[in-house]
This record gives sequence, C-alpha cells and structure tokens, in this order.
Amino acid sequence: MNKKQQKMLIRILISAAMMIGFRYIHVSGLLRFFLYLIPYFIIGYDILRKAGKGILNKRVFDENFLMSVATVGAMILGLVQGGDYVEAIAVMLFYQIGELFQSYAVGKSRKNISELMDIRPDYANIEQDGKLVRVDPDEVEVGKIIVVSPGEKVPIDGIVESGISSLNTSALTGESLPRDVKTGDEIISGCINMTGVLKIRTTKEFGDSTVSKILDLVENASSRKSKSEDFISKFAKIYTPVVCYSALAVAVIPPIVSALFLNLSADWGTWVYRALSFLVASCPCALVVSIPLSFFAGIGGASKCGILIKGSNYLEALSKTGYIVFDKTGTLTQGVFEVNAIHHNTMPESRLIEYAALAESASSHPIAQSLQRAYGPELDRSRVQDIKEISGNGVVAKVDGMTVAAGNDKLMRRLGIEYKDCHKVGTIIHLAINGEYQGHIVISDVVKPTASEAISLLKKSGVRKTAMLTGDSKAVADQVASDLGIDIVYSELLPGDKVEKVEDLMKEKGEKIKLAFVGDGINDAPVLSRADIGIAMGAMGSDAAIEAADIVLMDDNPVKISKAIKISKKCLGIVYQNIIFAIGIKVLALILVALGLANMWLAVFADVGVTVLAVLNAARALFVKKL
Amino acid sequence: MKKIYKIEVDCANCANLMEDAAKRTDGVKDAVVNFMTQKMTVEFDDNSNTSAVMQEVYKNCKKVEDDCVIYM
Repeated sequence: MNKKQQKMLIRILISAAMMIGFRYIHVSGLLRFFLYLIPYFIIGYDILRKAGKGILNKRVFDENFLMSVATVGAMILGLVQGGDYVEAIAVMLFYQIGELFQSYAVGKSRKNISELMDIRPDYANIEQDGKLVRVDPDEVEVGKIIVVSPGEKVPIDGIVESGISSLNTSALTGESLPRDVKTGDEIISGCINMTGVLKIRTTKEFGDSTVSKILDLVENASSRKSKSEDFISKFAKIYTPVVCYSALAVAVIPPIVSALFLNLSADWGTWVYRALSFLVASCPCALVVSIPLSFFAGIGGASKCGILIKGSNYLEALSKTGYIVFDKTGTLTQGVFEVNAIHHNTMPESRLIEYAALAESASSHPIAQSLQRAYGPELDRSRVQDIKEISGNGVVAKVDGMTVAAGNDKLMRRLGIEYKDCHKVGTIIHLAINGEYQGHIVISDVVKPTASEAISLLKKSGVRKTAMLTGDSKAVADQVASDLGIDIVYSELLPGDKVEKVEDLMKEKGEKIKLAFVGDGINDAPVLSRADIGIAMGAMGSDAAIEAADIVLMDDNPVKISKAIKISKKCLGIVYQNIIFAIGIKVLALILVALGLANMWLAVFADVGVTVLAVLNAARALFVKKL
Repeated sequence: MKKIYKIEVDCANCANLMEDAAKRTDGVKDAVVNFMTQKMTVEFDDNSNTSAVMQEVYKNCKKVEDDCVIYM
C-alpha cells in the first residue's frame, strides 16, 4: 500500500469506529446532526472538496459530484425525517472502502504485469584497472568490453569476445531451452547468462539494444487504443449526463404525477432517496478501468511468451483473423538450403558430397555453402586444381587428379554426359567424374519442423483460409503448400506482386474478417504494413522487423501464431465479459433502485463492487502460458 | 516534437479526462495518457515553448482531476 492508501485506511477506520460508537450516545435534534457531521467529514471531505472544485471548473456529473449529492441529500433527509444519519456516512464509507480496494487491486495488477515484463538490466560490468566496476548501461559506449557473470542479464547487444556459456532466452522468446554461445557469436541483450563468465564487445548503445526496443514497444502498446476502449470512452461521456437526467426524472416525475393526477401524497422523501441511490449506482468506473487493464494484461502475458504486440488495437484485430497469408522463405521454411536427397549414385553418398563440395570449394554461392555444410569437415583445398566456373552451368575442376564436373542439366549436355532427370523439386546438382555420370544431389529449402502443426492449429483456431506467397518456382511452391495443407499458393512473384496479391485477398475477405500477413520482416515491409495485421517472425536482433510489423514473434516458430490468436481470443473474451457484466449489473441495479426494490447499499455495490470484480477478471488475461 | 512525462492518476476515467484536457491545450498537437504505465505522451506543435505549454496542460488537468500529478 502506498502513503495515500494508508491514509485512506486510517480515515476509514476512524469514521467507522465513530459511527458505531455514536449509537450509544443518546442525543437528538441539531446536536445529533453536528455529532454525526464529524465522521461524515472525516470520511468524505476530499470527495466534497473535489465535487466543489468540479462545479467551479464547470465539470459537474463526475463521480465525486454524484457521491456528494447523494450523501448530502441523505444527511438533509436525516435532519428532516428524524435523525438517521448512519446511512449517509455508511454509504460514503462503503464507497471509500471500495475505492481503496479498487486502487489497490489496479495498482497491484499493474505492478504484477510490469514486473512480468521487467527485462530491464540495471547495470553493466566493465573492467577498469583490473577491477570490475558496475556502471549504468546507458553510459557504455559502442565497442567497449562488458563482463557478464553467471546469473546476470546481458545488458547490451554485442559479440562474445571470450568465454563459453548457455543463455536463458525465455524472457525474450518464452522458449525454455537454453542457447549455447561461444567466442565470436552474436549475443542479444535481455538474455540471462547461466553457466560461464562472458566478455562481450558491445555493438550497439543501450538505447538501440534489443532489450530497450522491446521494453519501449510493450510499454507503449497500450497507448494504441482498441475499438472496445474507444467505445467505452465514448460510452462514458454520454452515459454520465444521461444517468443524471434520469435521476432527476426519478426524483421529480413520480411525485408530481401521483400528487396531481392520482390524488395520492407526493412522497417526495422516498423518490429523492431513490434518485440519490440511482446516482450512486451509476458510476461508469468499472468499465473504464477494466477494459484497458484487460488489454494491458493480455499484451503482458503475450510478451512473456515471446510474442510482442504493438497495440491493443492489434490484439483486438488478431482475435478476428480469418485469413492468414504466409511468405514462404524464412517463415514456413528455414530459408537455408540443405542437401535433401542423393539419387542414382554408385559410390557412397558421403564420397559424392565430398567431390561436389571440393569442386565447388571456390564458390561463395549458397548452393556451394550448403554442399560444404553437408560434407562437414574443413575442405582440403590443396586437393583441388584447375577450377573452371561455367556461369549458369556449374563447375569443372580437378580433384585428386580426376576431372570432376558438378552442375545442372546444361552442364551435362554441354559435356555430352548422359544424366538422369529428377522427380524431386529443388536445385539439382549432377556429378560426373572423368566423364562418367555418378548421380545427382537435390538441394532445397527445408520446411520448418513445426510448420505443418502450425497450419493445422491455425485451422482449428478458426482461420478460414491460409495462403502462401513466394518468389520461388511453381513446382517448389506447390509441393510445400500441399505438404503443409495450405489452401492457396501464389508463386513466381516479384516483391511488388506480393502487395497486389494481399490487396486482392483483402478485397475478397470483407470488412469484418481480418487478414494477417506473416513474413520474416527482412524484405517484406510494404506487405507487412499493408495487411490488417503484419506479423514478423524470428525478430531476435532484427530491428527492421520490429519496426515494420504490428506483432513480432521473437523466435521463428510458426506455432506461435496460433498461440497469439488464442491469447487475443481469451483477452477479448474477458473484455466482452466485463462490458456485459458491468453494464448488465448497472442497468439491473438502476432499475431495482428506481423501483425502490434496492437501497443505497446495493447501489454502492453496483459501483465499487462491480469495479473490483471486473478488475480481478481483467487480471486473468495475464495467464496465457497454458493456452 | 514528442515528449513523455511520468504522471500519477488514480482512476482510469480520470486518465481519459486528463487526455482530453491535454489535447485541448494550445500548443499541443496530440496527447495520449496511458493509465497502465502512468505516462503521458505529448506531441507539441512546432516551435512552441514546451515548458510553458506543459504548465498550461498541468493547469487544465488539475481542473478535471484535482489529484493528478505530472512530473516535469
């Protein structure tokens, strides 16, 4: 509890004690009135003062005004009707208890969420004169060496200068598997060093480091308001005056009607009392606080799973996602080429790869690199001589004194070597040694192991259509799509075509359904910003992706997309529950109060009790790990 | 120019009122109050005196919510 809250607690206790104590003091008339005025002022002075200031500033109709009118009215009724002042004080007391509890609950959940997102490193260690000194990470310049001991957070992005360790990246990615790093590896701030001491040469300033970017993004996320929040703000603005005039109507119309037309007594006291209770019940606070709190909690929970959402509006849109469009390379596939198959070989596969890798050893082409990776050990370049690259065809070189030709169909035709076609899609490298065909190697982009699970989970979570865009050939694209169960494929696209295709799909889907585009954020920024929701994945360390996208997945696991949708659905569910629950109880309480079936106590519950329940419900949006 | 100020405000509706009050102030292009992080982001008109404008913003906010604090 903070100071303000403690002070309020003391006021509540004192006035409650006085109120109970005064029951045993038997005085009447004006003296009794002044006696009860003491606890009334103790508990309510700030409300009365605020109401007075509100009137001076031409701002009537806020909750202070409502509470003041209601309780002052009840005090006057007490004076007129014979000395029951307890109700006015009790209502004020109850209201303040509710307010206190509400401010405590809101503060507490705000703190919980902020702590959850607390990946901010407090210090960096630098070496000075052989000693470790703790400094503010803001003061560390680019290129300095920082030392991170086990158990500490990496404060700034950099490259490992020396040391071996495992990193816990769960604060960033939600992934619990530790990541191993060694000298020369890039390292991202926000990870926790687990096992060994690391010396890191910083490559960025603290303000540009991953951890700062993420914090900035998540903290500002709730500033972009969702439609539900806008609705509530507007609702609150119309609602308060409407309720005030209704209260006035309750106070005035029934007495006049019954006195003038029904020849009954006007019974002003009853109707004024009802009108005052009506005012108390009407406060819109439950709605106004619980909706942004739900979004804040949802965004916080998602960021704990490595899903960064840039605004409540995107979280809201995500729950209505009906179309998902994927970029193929780097999103559904690894984006790295790998040796996938070897066919028609007579010599062992490893030998075949070895010759191909050696022949291509001078090339820096991705294909050559993937051959080298498949071979494994460092290549002994002295075994290769007379390398001739034939552009667009392949390579001919002497390896161990034999003539090795590695390349595509054209190379084989050019050399007059009979080759066998391949039924697999991908890049085919034929190999011939001394003019004799030895088989071919299929190199292709590898589908991510979780990609097909991701697509089926998306379909289960209500996505109607999945599409894939790629610049790759039709054969490759069609095969990947049918393996994964994707509905529509657009292949052989230029980067500009991708925007066009997404626009076509956006026209087709209609207003209510949202379209999400998933890319790796590297060269698809225009598409990311054109789609209703742009999702960039594998964003660890890629600033461009964090800039361009609305939702950022820190790791590159496509399953996270369906997780994000589930989180958004849960969060929006809570938002709707709160809207319906709060408005429902309010309307019910207002009707009961107007009909005289409920007293001021219930009215206060309809105000603060509902708020507290709505706040507690909102905090549920935080728990998303098991979704 | 945009600046972010730390604020203290107790109720969410009051935060909305403060946002409106800040937006209405002369020299303010746009303002967003984030109740959850207790921050106010103010975008100023070009070549306006930010500290003078903020004094006005503070006054206007005080009018709608007496309890609020803006750390300038």
